Amino acid sequence: MSFSLVKRWCETPLIRRVLQFKVYRRKIQSYNMTYTLLRHRWMKRLPVFSSSSMVSTQTDKDTIDLSKFPVDRIRNFCIIAHIDHGKSTLADRLLEMTGAIATTDKNKQVLDKLQVERERGITVKAQTATLIYSHQGQQYLLNLIDTPGHVDFSYEVSRSISACQGVLLIVDANQGIQAQTVANFYLAFEAQLAIIPVINKIDLKNADPERVETQIEKVFDIPREECIRISAKLGTNVDKVLQAVVDRIPAPMASTDDPFKALVFDSNFDHYRGVVANIAVFGGRVKKGDRIVSAYLGKTYEVNELGLLRPHEHPTQKLFAGQVGYIIAGMKDVKEAQIGDTLYLQEQPVEALPGFKPAKAMVFAGMYPMDQSEYQGLRSAIERLTLNDSSVTVQRDSSMALGAGWRLGFLGLLHMEVFNQRLEQEYNASVIVTAPTVPYKAVLSSPKLIKEHGSEEITIVNPAQFPDRSVVSEYLEPMVLGTILSPDTYTGKIMTLCLNRRGIQKNMVYIDDQRVMMKYLFPLNEIVVDFYDLLKSLSSGYASFDYENAGYQAADLIKMNILLNGQPVEELITIVHRGRAYSTGKAMCERLKDSIPRQMFEVAVQASIGSKVIARETIKAYRKNVLAKCYGGDITRKMKLLKKQAEGKKKMRRIGNVEVPKDAFINVLKRKDK
Amino acid sequence: MIKHALHAARRAFSPGLRCFSEASGGEISEDVFERAGSPRLTKQASLYVHWPYCLRRCSYCNFNKYIPRENNDPMMTECLQRETETLLQLSQVSCITSVFFGGGTPSLAHPSTIAAVLESVSRRAYLSDKAEVTLEVNPTPVGKSKLEDYCRAGVNRFSIGVQSLQDGDLKILGRDHSPHQALQTVEEARRLCPGRVSVDVMFGRPKQSAESWENELSELLRVCDDHVSLYQLTLERGTQLFKQVLGGEVTMPAEDVTAEMYQCARRTLHQHGFLQYEVSNFARHKAVSHHNTSYWKGRQYIGVGPGAHGRFVPRGEGGVVREARTQTLEPDVWIREVQQRGHGTRRRIQLSHLELLEEVLVMGMRMSKGINHKHWELFSPQLGLHEVFGTSNDIQELLQSGQLILDDRGLRCSWDGLALLDSILPALLVMLERQISQRD
Repeated sequence: MSFSLVKRWCETPLIRRVLQFKVYRRKIQSYNMTYTLLRHRWMKRLPVFSSSSMVSTQTDKDTIDLSKFPVDRIRNFCIIAHIDHGKSTLADRLLEMTGAIATTDKNKQVLDKLQVERERGITVKAQTATLIYSHQGQQYLLNLIDTPGHVDFSYEVSRSISACQGVLLIVDANQGIQAQTVANFYLAFEAQLAIIPVINKIDLKNADPERVETQIEKVFDIPREECIRISAKLGTNVDKVLQAVVDRIPAPMASTDDPFKALVFDSNFDHYRGVVANIAVFGGRVKKGDRIVSAYLGKTYEVNELGLLRPHEHPTQKLFAGQVGYIIAGMKDVKEAQIGDTLYLQEQPVEALPGFKPAKAMVFAGMYPMDQSEYQGLRSAIERLTLNDSSVTVQRDSSMALGAGWRLGFLGLLHMEVFNQRLEQEYNASVIVTAPTVPYKAVLSSPKLIKEHGSEEITIVNPAQFPDRSVVSEYLEPMVLGTILSPDTYTGKIMTLCLNRRGIQKNMVYIDDQRVMMKYLFPLNEIVVDFYDLLKSLSSGYASFDYENAGYQAADLIKMNILLNGQPVEELITIVHRGRAYSTGKAMCERLKDSIPRQMFEVAVQASIGSKVIARETIKAYRKNVLAKCYGGDITRKMKLLKKQAEGKKKMRRIGNVEVPKDAFINVLKRKDK
Repeated sequence: MIKHALHAARRAFSPGLRCFSEASGGEISEDVFERAGSPRLTKQASLYVHWPYCLRRCSYCNFNKYIPRENNDPMMTECLQRETETLLQLSQVSCITSVFFGGGTPSLAHPSTIAAVLESVSRRAYLSDKAEVTLEVNPTPVGKSKLEDYCRAGVNRFSIGVQSLQDGDLKILGRDHSPHQALQTVEEARRLCPGRVSVDVMFGRPKQSAESWENELSELLRVCDDHVSLYQLTLERGTQLFKQVLGGEVTMPAEDVTAEMYQCARRTLHQHGFLQYEVSNFARHKAVSHHNTSYWKGRQYIGVGPGAHGRFVPRGEGGVVREARTQTLEPDVWIREVQQRGHGTRRRIQLSHLELLEEVLVMGMRMSKGINHKHWELFSPQLGLHEVFGTSNDIQELLQSGQLILDDRGLRCSWDGLALLDSILPALLVMLERQISQRD
């Protein structure tokens, strides 16, 4: 079952959480933005209300009889939060209190397995942990599906959400609501999940939970009484969170009497055992030895192993309706475990679940090996990494300056950064990453071209393929809706920044007496490189930013060339908005000037549109370049230096008569170092 | 006087005399070398002797030098002698064509040290009494007072580190002499060795302008002898000056200004009859430095003393390939090694044929006459200059733009090209490597 939602701007106080609505429509003020959120609906059951509880310390690792957990004693939930608001710390505490892991000081971000996750304090890859919790003499299975915090990873979030009936929305008692809190809230809200607001870090000196409760009331329209004040670090009130999960989150709607039906909501690849698929069982039961079918491929597999994730794999005999776990069924390729696929028993076909919309790449960047000899190594590293992250699109590409490489598509900037970092850390690959670009579109006017491309609208990923104005009726650029939360002292500066980035203000709301929430419609291209860094620095780090995709809009785009002594440089062709051409061109010329060494003659570095030069820098000729002293004792050092230059010369790219070191392209093309 | 006579006598009866008859004087006749085939190259060498000590550290200098804690001159002398003998023996050269005492501050050494080293040379090889023997001199009153004794010890050429005629600049550079003292030292040196005195001057100094440099140069030309070495002050990491510039206390002239200073000096010296025979060296009346010329011509040289470099074939142990050799840097360690093994060679690297040619090319191109065909043939009998460099597009461009010249005399830079040598050399090196590897 799926339903479409028309999304609207946040107008406070706005939202009544009306969970029983199956279809929820909201209007957008100025334009319509439609998207479909596919959700698997598990009918809600009335939660079991209770007041007293007892925390179990079950550590039984051997046998868990899952048949003892009927659907009404299962809760599926996830935790969503802005970065550093304490999501992983709360997860650690929940795992400890339910005996899934031993209680020690060493449990830090247990679910964050990747180095990049621990370093950045973010979750990239959803993880699942089943907790066994005793409450009023009853044992409950609580499935915690840890989700990535950033909206770049919202495909992961929505996947996780589809297996949940409720969320814990964590807000830092000191920082209050941040941009990602808002974005995450909407994902959960639109999926009609029960939302439990949790105010974390109440132990901090500057904690102001009252203020945060006011914000939650104002922005999310959740009564302040529903907030639970905790300190995940110290464990304060964490038991109340567990109680709330049982009491306030509905049990999944599923019946063991139905035929077996399960949703693949995540998958991992294990070199020894093949694909490990994470599934949510929507109906019936499945056991080892069962023959199951993938609805997507129609292929049949035999279940070799299945069980719970606690958070480590814990094999069991069976999995029952309402439960969440893993399954290994001899799938050799990640492509066989399509995320969103439905599994059923061979002899009992069912109607497939609606699945997921594939994630769409919004930010593209070239990736090249530092040295062409590392091409093969980098290729296998990228292949291995994309095995577990199917949202990255990979296209072979080559550049005259940087050699053979790839153009990769990411869901967003953070996604790209995390991917790079994982390449470097987990695969020890050093890569050149070019400045990110966005997918532009062109609406063709020439019937001949339309026929050639097979459609009127084409997407342009590589600037070299930008079609000429004369064959195009209009160009389109991708837009995003940005949410900025900041103390109001920075409002002026932030508005100036947004205006400079062609942002259009859609909304501005005070969420309390000092903090303001602004919504801007931006061309994606304008925020893709350094917007976030600038925002952070002009607000002394207090502003937070997040964005979601907002379709395409017509834009006055032009192709800009960079010329060296009149010769165009193919790898530096840039698509740019007409209003930004001069500043972009000038910046590129300046960076090139700084990175091309002086030559024996003058070099003109120019940016041009068509035949019109719009910016110019000059690299003056060397007038003197010779080592003053060179006697017997200096030869060794001098030779070393010259040999290095000679080696460098071999690697130079010649554009006309100008020798350009590879570094120069990298300096212009790569993102600025943070 | 007696000492000098004794020394001369010893030289005259040196056994080396018998094995080397062609080089009759200290002045190296080009023909002698150019006619000589490759084996001839290995039978002679120049000698560099490094005195590692200084009284103080100059703010710009990153050279291998030490402020001595105690007077260990006698020990140093003994070890310099010992290493000279060991390396001469190892090289089996029959003739030392020139000697250069550099440093550090070699004019801190006692004249008897210089005499002792020269005696050691004469014991093992032929050292003509006309052979050029240069000593670097710090132009202080003490340095000046010793010049006569150095001459008696066998020195016949002085290279005087004037550096600047501006008092303030000398202070910034951390020099321990005044302009006046420098001029007096030059005068005394000219009296002792007329026509064989060189002055070192430095341009591109902090706050220096092209105009003040021109004036200074004119002043210098009034007092100097027949040889001038010009150096652009280069900022070296780890020096005090480097820190000062980094910290913004001192500003260096811009690249364009130093380029102008260099061109201006070349013009001025030319007008005064000085021929530029190398990137930084100018001479009139043919007063070129033979010792340095032999580096640029790719000849063998033996380096003695802490941190000294050498290039020679160790024929004494059956070697046939030229080696790049470096002596141990720290004086105390070097002394110990010489005492134990007779020498302090720390590193020896055999030069491949290509590496040897690369050095010949890089050094040869520094001379305004460049590399003539005979000179090149001495090292590369199979592959001529035209064959190596004549075909490349890169080099054609340099020839067409008039920066490089390749003709029936040989390969050399034009007047303009010489100032851009380091931009030209990489193209030549790439081509050389390509041609040599094709032949192998």
